[in-house]
Formats: sequence, structure tokens, C-alpha cells
Amino acid sequence: MITFDRVSKRYAEGHDALREISLHIDSEDFAFLTGHSGAGKSTLLRLIMLMERPSRGQVIVNGQDLAAVRPRGIPKLRRDIGVVFQNHRLLFDRTVFDNVALPLVIAGYEHREIGRRVRAALDKVGLLHREWAMPRALSGGEQQRVGIARAVVGKPKILLADEPTGNLDPGLSAEIMNLFEQFNQVGVTVLIASHDLALISRLHHRIITLQQGYLVSGSSQ
Amino acid sequence: MIRRRETPKRKQSTRSSRTGVLNQLAAWLQHHRLSAADSLMRVIESPAASLLTWLVIGIALALPVGLNVALDNVSQVSNGWDSPAQISLFLQDGAADDAVRELEAELAARQDVTASRFISREEALEEFRELSGFADVLANLEENPLPNLVLVTPEATLDEPAVLALRAELEEHSDIAEAVLDMEWLQRLNTLMELSRRIVLAVGGMLVIGVLLILGNTIRLAIESRRDEIVIVKLVGGSNGFVRRPFLYTGLWYGVGGGVLAAILVSGALWFLEEPIANLALLYESAFYLSGLGVMGALNLVILGGLLGLGGAWLAVSRHLVHIEPQ
Ligand SMILES: Nc1ncnc2c1ncn2[C@@H]1O[C@H](COP(=O)(O)OP(=O)(O)OP(=O)(O)O)[C@@H](O)[C@H]1O
Ligand SMILES: [Mg+2]
Repeated sequence: MITFDRVSKRYAEGHDALREISLHIDSEDFAFLTGHSGAGKSTLLRLIMLMERPSRGQVIVNGQDLAAVRPRGIPKLRRDIGVVFQNHRLLFDRTVFDNVALPLVIAGYEHREIGRRVRAALDKVGLLHREWAMPRALSGGEQQRVGIARAVVGKPKILLADEPTGNLDPGLSAEIMNLFEQFNQVGVTVLIASHDLALISRLHHRIITLQQGYLVSGSSQ
Repeated sequence: MIRRRETPKRKQSTRSSRTGVLNQLAAWLQHHRLSAADSLMRVIESPAASLLTWLVIGIALALPVGLNVALDNVSQVSNGWDSPAQISLFLQDGAADDAVRELEAELAARQDVTASRFISREEALEEFRELSGFADVLANLEENPLPNLVLVTPEATLDEPAVLALRAELEEHSDIAEAVLDMEWLQRLNTLMELSRRIVLAVGGMLVIGVLLILGNTIRLAIESRRDEIVIVKLVGGSNGFVRRPFLYTGLWYGVGGGVLAAILVSGALWFLEEPIANLALLYESAFYLSGLGVMGALNLVILGGLLGLGGAWLAVSRHLVHIEPQ
């Protein structure tokens, strides 16, 4: 589903964020991406959704060589990938419902279908009763769950998450990881960047470890 | 390698696109409806700022259009007097009645003259006395100062140089002291009108560019204030077209509102001028009345405003939107 072949990423300032990364994540896999701050976790995720282009090497996502994806093709690629951001990235002047509906509106779903799917996604993350609330009225954990609902509402094949439990308490973190596992069980490929080693080692999934841009363990299952 | 990957995919998508095209069209229309409504809501939700934008656009459009309506009215007046041109032949003082009759016959025989009318100096004086109100002054004159006069109407098909040549030829005649073409003031007026039209066009052109820039800047600010939202929409797969749409509609609403205001301003100004002009026309015994913008004129203004709005928004969007990329 996701293949990196000797991928390096050097930012404009000359800093090597990723060096010669090769890894493969199969369809319907569940993997954690870990490493110290600055190891390159976010960079790796950004390459998958074409927020950045690699300096060298080849990235293949869902059978598509990303080097062949032109700027016009990027939206289509992103519609097949659900992403959960650490800082939520919600629209604060729209209701929870509208936030979750956004990917469906973009994909051009019909009005009633949108309502049905948004409610199903909100129900899944336990926020159905808050559908008309504004994001600011929600707690951090609730906002994060709105972000997760938005990421999965379009039924993407791949789900990426960057520090989804960043500033949540352990109980809530475990709950959110449990949500990701549920999505994985219905066939979604999940890749989660996290440095919460205590939490992820308890979950018995594949762990890919980065260190200063190098891949040090977990390149294959 | 890339090719090989793409080929089977392409086949699949053509198979499913039969039903897909209609769905996509419906989705596209739905997003247009949503964007139009959402943009209109945003414009209405900040009435003070929007009114200001509308006013700026309205005034900038009303100015050249109002001037143009004024020019149309003036040219309507001048057209009424336009044709036919007339040549006044002032006869030599000493010309005998026989000579005058001979001249009239000569003129009647000419192909390039439609009609001629003899006005004797006595008739002319009588007419002048009646019209001018200087009866007392004239009564005191010992001698009639006016010459005999023949009014000549040239053939209507003659163009301007031909009429001028005719005038010159007639002036050569031994019984004619002077031949005056009454077209000169009209020519001057027409030249002046042409000049005014060009000035209005130039001013209008500059104001249109001004409107475009103002709208472009307004939309640029709208884009800046929604930068976060644009980034998020792009992150979850919104295309440039999707992101662009609401801003284009915002431009359209500003432009249409400006056009409506311009039409109201021009109509208001005409209404304001109508009565004094009607009074003036009455004084000059003229059937002249002020012609306004008309429904089509107003509609054109609104359409022009809308197009300018779209154009300005397009300028801003194509310059600024592509640079907003998720970081
Ligand atoms: N846009 C950028 N321009 C230049 N350097 C960058 C940029 N983004 C990241 N870097 C650098 O690349 C390296 C890897 O960054 P990255 O954000 O991928 O790390 P990370 O593993 O996600 O760290 P954290 O756990 O703190 O989020 C860092 O040293 C960072 O300074
Ligand atoms: Mg990071």
C-alpha cells in the first residue's frame, strides 16, 4: 500500500530530514512510526500525502508512483488518504457537522448521503450529540475526535495520524488508539506517528523507528 | 514502469464513468449553489464593508455611464439639426431683380441643388423685426441694412467636401457677395462631441481598471483572512477549482451589487435633472425630453458590474491562491 524506496528528503536549508529510507507497508497493515523529536516522522507522513516531494528515491502509494503525480493530481491523491493532525486543523467558524462533512462536500456527495455518513462517523467517535456544536466549545480530546471523524468519513484506504494523542491523558489516548484499531479491522491501512512509546509498545503492532532521519528498525514486518 | 501501472487503471475508470459523469455534474452544480449562497451570506453578514465596496464600484461605473447618457442626449439634439445643410447666398447690393430671377433659374437647373428660396431684404427685415423685438431700434434706421438673400438646400446625397465645393463655386458668381455654409457650427459641435466621447471612453477605461484593482484587492483580503481554511480544504483534497469558487462568487456579488448601485445612481441623477431640462426645452419650444438609461441599459450595467467582479476576483485568485499551500 505504501512503499518507500531509498527515499531522502533534504529541506531547503540543507537539513537532511530523511536519509535513504526503504520500507513497505502492506494493505490493511497497522504500523506505528516512532523516534525522537526531529527524527523525521512528520516529514515521512508529509511525503505520503505530497505536502513535500522527496529529494531522492521513490514513494509509491496505493500503486501510484508519486513522482508521476502532477500538482493537478494532488487533490485526488489526498481524497484517498485520511489524515489526523496533531493540532486538529479544524475550521473554527463551522459546526462539528460541517467540519466532518468537508471531505464529502469536496468529493461531491449528495446532500442526504452526506448527512448519513457524517452522523455515522460522529457516532463512531462518540460525538453524535455534539454535531451542531462549534469546535471551540469542545475539549482537546473531543476536537481530536472530530478530526478523526473527518479523516475517516470518506472511507479512505489509508489513514495517517501525526501525534494523534499528543496532549491527551493516558486513558483518552488509549481510547483513541482503540478507535484506530477499529478502522484497521474494517480494512483501512493505518500509519500513526507517535513518540508515546509506553502506549504503543502495549498495542503489539509493527513499530517503525526513525533516528535522525535514518530508519533503525521495523523496515519490514 | 509508471505507464504499466496506469494502463489497467484507466480502463477501469472509463467503465465506471458512464454513471460517474452525471453524478460529477450534479456534485459540481451543488458546489456552485453552495458557494454562491455561502459567499452571498458572507457579503451580507458584513453590511458596512460590503456597502462601501458596492458604493466605490457603483460610483466608478456610474460616472462614465452617466456622462455617456448625457452625450447621447446632446447628440440626439444635434442630430435633429443635422441635415440638410443650408447655404445662405448674400446677394450684391446692386443686383437687379432680373439678375436675381436669372440666378434662381440657374440654381433650379443645377443637379446638386434640391431647392432654393429667395428672401428679399424687406422680408428679411420684417422677419427680423418680429423675432428680435428690436422693432423700435429698426424703425429709427434710415436704411435697411440687410442684403437680399437666397437660401440654397444642397442635394441630400452630397458629402461634406462636395457641399464645400458647391459653396465655393457659388461664391464665384458675380451677383453673389458671400456664400455661407450653415454647417460649420454643427461640425464644431460634432467634433466636440467626438472629443467628449473619447474623453469619456478614456476616463471610463481607467475607472474600469480601477474597479478591477479594487475588487482584486478586496478579494485578496478575503483570501488572506481565510488562509487557514484554504490550507485545510487543500489538505483534505480540495482542488484549486473548489477553493477558487467561493471567492469568484464573492467577486461576482460585489460586482453585481456595484452595478445595481450604479444603475440607481445614474437613474437618480437623470430624475434629478429631468424637471429643469423639461423647463429649458419648453423655453426653447423644443420637444426635447431627457432619455434615460432604460431597462436594458440598467441590465447591461449590472452585467458589466458582474463581469468586472468576476474578472477582479479571477485576478486575485490566480495570483494569490496557488501560493497558499499546506505547510
Ligand atoms: N519545513 C521545513 N523546513 C526546514 N526544515 C524542516 C522543515 N520541517 C522539518 N524540518 C526539519 O526536519 C527534521 C525532521 O522534522 P520532522 O518534523 O519530520 O520531525 P518529527 O520527527 O516529526 O519531530 P516531532 O516529534 O518534533 O514532531 C527536523 O530537524 C526539522 O527541523
Ligand atoms: Mg512531527
